[in-house]
Amino acid sequence: MNLKVLFMEKQKYLDDLQDIKTIMDRSSRFISLSGMSGVIAGISALVGAYLAYSTVYSGQDYLNYRHANLSFYNLTILFSIAVGVLITSIVGGIYFTHQKSKKTNQNIWNSQSKRLIINLLIPLATGGIVCLILIGKGLIGIIAPFTLIFYGLGLINASKYTLSEIRSLGMMQILLGIVGCQFIGYGLILWALGFGVLHIVYGIVMYKKYEA
Amino acid sequence: MKNILEDLNKAFENKVRLGIMSALMVNDALNFNSLKELLGVTDGNLASHIKALDKQQYLSIKKEFLNNKPHTQYSVTQAGRDAFTKHIKAIEQLLKN
Repeated sequence: MNLKVLFMEKQKYLDDLQDIKTIMDRSSRFISLSGMSGVIAGISALVGAYLAYSTVYSGQDYLNYRHANLSFYNLTILFSIAVGVLITSIVGGIYFTHQKSKKTNQNIWNSQSKRLIINLLIPLATGGIVCLILIGKGLIGIIAPFTLIFYGLGLINASKYTLSEIRSLGMMQILLGIVGCQFIGYGLILWALGFGVLHIVYGIVMYKKYEA
Repeated sequence: MKNILEDLNKAFENKVRLGIMSALMVNDALNFNSLKELLGVTDGNLASHIKALDKQQYLSIKKEFLNNKPHTQYSVTQAGRDAFTKHIKAIEQLLKN
């Protein structure tokens, strides 16, 4: 075989390998997840954490030992804040992912995104139910770290079906959650770190890597 | 060198057939429309390549009816899986030389 022919053959098979990889990824992973979704979720979590913080610690001296005020009234406000953060994150996430899906030519509601959502929701719904039970039993302090842990487990479970960075994001959420279980008083700060700062950082990194 | 060339599978020389196999290797099963959307090919083109792969017994085709509409699911057989793995290994060997 002469050298030029050999080189062209090799190029053809290199292209084949590239095609195989692209199709495997496109058919098994939801690649349209936008980094901007993470940024929006992070910002709304930080706003939510700030509102929650001012609700439970309102009217208290910053220097003294602070007591979290968890009256029924405050719990109702906290619950509304949580729902608000959740809705903003979901709507923002869908919006930016829809924008990106136009570029990647991947339908936003396809078998990949369904699989992603189902696998995210199994640990997440489990965590949600467990947390509601714990609230009912008055174990409020453990809620923030538990949401981090179950969310992290959900991300790890879902990471097989989307961009691979989601896996390490999940690991870090779990780590923050475990720290939060030990240091209950820092629950809200760790929650803001996990749902707020980590989302923003990962969102920007992923945006730069896949979309910029 | 001669052995490697023998391991390269003629059935996978075509881009569409390579695409069908790649997608089915990482999915339990896919239907006709998902494959069509994924590979960006026409009905007729996809059907003819599916037929070719089926003839080699690399595909398993399951027809069922959903709401009275035919719904065909394609998956890869063990023979197809082996052949495709062998083909990729041959490409890797070839590129190493």
